Amino acid sequence: MTLLLMAFVCVGLHAQTKTDLPNVTLKDLNGKDVNISKLSNNGNPIVLTFWATWCGPCIKEHNALNDVYQDWQDETGVKIYAVSIDDSRSTAKVKPTVEGKGWEFNILLDVNSDLKRAMNVSNPPHTFLFDGSGKLVYQHTGYFEGAEEDLYEEILKIATKK
Amino acid sequence: MRKHILFVLALALTVSFRASAQSFLENSQVSGSFQTDAQYYMRDNGIGINDLYGKKLGINGFGKVNYTNGNFSAGVRFEAFLPEMNGFRSELNGVGLANFFATYDNGFIGMTVGDIYDQFGSGLVFRTYEEWSLGMDNSLRGARVVLRPAQGVTLKGVYGRQRFFWYPYLERDMGAEEYRGIVRGVDAEWDLNQSIPSMNDAKFKMSLGGSFVSKKQEDLSLFYYIPENVGAAATRINLGYGNWAFSTEYAYKINDPSAINNFIYKEGRAILSSLSYSQKGFGAVLQVKRVDNMSFKSMYTGKQNDLDINFIPPINYTHTHSLPSMYTYSTQPNGEMAAQLQVNYTIPKGTALGGKYGTKLAFNMSQVNDIVRDSVMENGHMVINKPGSLGYTSKFFAISDHRFFRDINFEIDKKINKDWHVTAQYINLYYDIETIEGHAGAPVVQANIGFLDVTYKINKKQSLRLELQGLWENEVHKGYEYEESEKKDYQKRGDWAFALLEYTITPHWSFSIADKWNYGNPVEEYRDHYFTGTISYIHEATRVMLSAGRQSEGVVCVGGVCRTVPASSGVTLTVSTSF
Repeated sequence: MTLLLMAFVCVGLHAQTKTDLPNVTLKDLNGKDVNISKLSNNGNPIVLTFWATWCGPCIKEHNALNDVYQDWQDETGVKIYAVSIDDSRSTAKVKPTVEGKGWEFNILLDVNSDLKRAMNVSNPPHTFLFDGSGKLVYQHTGYFEGAEEDLYEEILKIATKK
Repeated sequence: MRKHILFVLALALTVSFRASAQSFLENSQVSGSFQTDAQYYMRDNGIGINDLYGKKLGINGFGKVNYTNGNFSAGVRFEAFLPEMNGFRSELNGVGLANFFATYDNGFIGMTVGDIYDQFGSGLVFRTYEEWSLGMDNSLRGARVVLRPAQGVTLKGVYGRQRFFWYPYLERDMGAEEYRGIVRGVDAEWDLNQSIPSMNDAKFKMSLGGSFVSKKQEDLSLFYYIPENVGAAATRINLGYGNWAFSTEYAYKINDPSAINNFIYKEGRAILSSLSYSQKGFGAVLQVKRVDNMSFKSMYTGKQNDLDINFIPPINYTHTHSLPSMYTYSTQPNGEMAAQLQVNYTIPKGTALGGKYGTKLAFNMSQVNDIVRDSVMENGHMVINKPGSLGYTSKFFAISDHRFFRDINFEIDKKINKDWHVTAQYINLYYDIETIEGHAGAPVVQANIGFLDVTYKINKKQSLRLELQGLWENEVHKGYEYEESEKKDYQKRGDWAFALLEYTITPHWSFSIADKWNYGNPVEEYRDHYFTGTISYIHEATRVMLSAGRQSEGVVCVGGVCRTVPASSGVTLTVSTSF
């Protein structure tokens, strides 16, 4: 029995943890369905960042990202998807908050926390970086002042490979 | 011999998996997360902790693993409360496999067996979710089917029994205290813009939805006739035109006597509407809500948040700073009328007030009052809310003078230059602590609250952050006359000051010290300092946080659901990671 289990463990280990974009469907701010596994950016990097209207550090991170987003796009072609985990008490506030703060990212609504669970996010902010083929290359939890620079270094690593 | 067979079998399995299912393996993904929160408690006579009652340590931990392969996914979550930390429900004490699921979803049909998290519309009749920081999990153990027969059309069906701490998922052989019913629900949603090709990119947007949920429970009451089937239905519509959006959901529930509504046989209703306008640099949203006898649980004896089938969202602003979040509103399921208005505006870059980076302004106002209840005839007498009666009648638009809560706040967020960033907020608060927290006889909290949050970037990697906060209560003054027996009502009351200094080295380290001081408590012996020091280390998706000091008595709220945290003194360690 032990051996059998061991064999399965072997099989399990052979299953490379090639972390991909999960098969979860969310809505964008226009109510359109967006399947996360089908996100693409012409082979350029994709950033997924989890946030909520009630999360202070997330707002700071997004304000900081928004200030540099245009430059990043010009230089690397990166696309940022900001996934709101606001539930029904604050989903109605997401669009006015995003527009009011002038953020330029693509916003997705994870009202039922489906993507949050699938990607094992415990607390926002939590940021994931995928390369052009959808492979996870970097993730970071929490936000400290200036942390966007570290994210950008990671983006540059995969963007120059192209 | 048996061992040999197994070995060969295992080998064969390994080989066959390797050879014939190479692509299968390549598509396999394993991911997961893990978190442990541990608290070591110490005696602290200064804040009234003279006895630990034998509990020196509290540990909450979970580990989860998810496996996905194309359209298939499965996962398990293991939880351990050894024992639970102070402030969490004692029923959590225990260790076990709390949650498992397996899902197949090919886009047309999706099936899940196991523990289900889902919601219909905004959740007024059905929402199961998990909130680790509250020790809250009302997942449904059973089955779910999701059908998408046409573009823009989603049909859902769920069936099962909800999680109730560690109680087994059984129907019988239990006392009334632990009994819970079966929950069944269906939901349909039709998005016209995705469904009708000519509307795909139309300026006008519309989607419709409807749901029906019922619980089947056994009547174990000796005093009342408990209905064994209770149905609830909801209907919703979302409309959009250009920058405008409107959505509303209306829910109705048949009579459902329970411990929460004082065993009255009245139907329940709730409505939640929002209207918003947004364009680049400006956003506004107005929300209104009416709740009337809408607690819906799969156990009629349930208390607090036990076995909630539905979720009635509070719509007020969620504060995150220490003093502003000290008095957080939580939904009153028996009745409330609520409204909130939020406006966000960014003064554009390059203008006199906007400066180089723009200036972000936010205004929010929310208020909640009680509904008006009129008496009903019961055996020739007029009664209100009498157990066993029809309870009361309530006019839909009538608002009671009894105000539960009001919050008016204004925030300014300004990046001054590359190095300095300032956020400041002023809050005017009215909080009926007697209703919201059940502190009978305690005077209403009326307070002015302000904070200033300043960040200074020393260089590319290092920064300093200072938070200064104050809470000033208008009504509860120093030297207030109180009876000795009323003293407890004034715990945590009166004026507060808070200061925090944080030093961060990006991307790994953060060091902070903070002091929260109840300097203006009417009761002199409650004028305590709550000093804490915290170190946290973050590496990619791993976070380790160690803090030591005092924690004041208070309420922790996430998603409008709250738990009270007793005062404590000691050391807290949090380790979390995901992979």
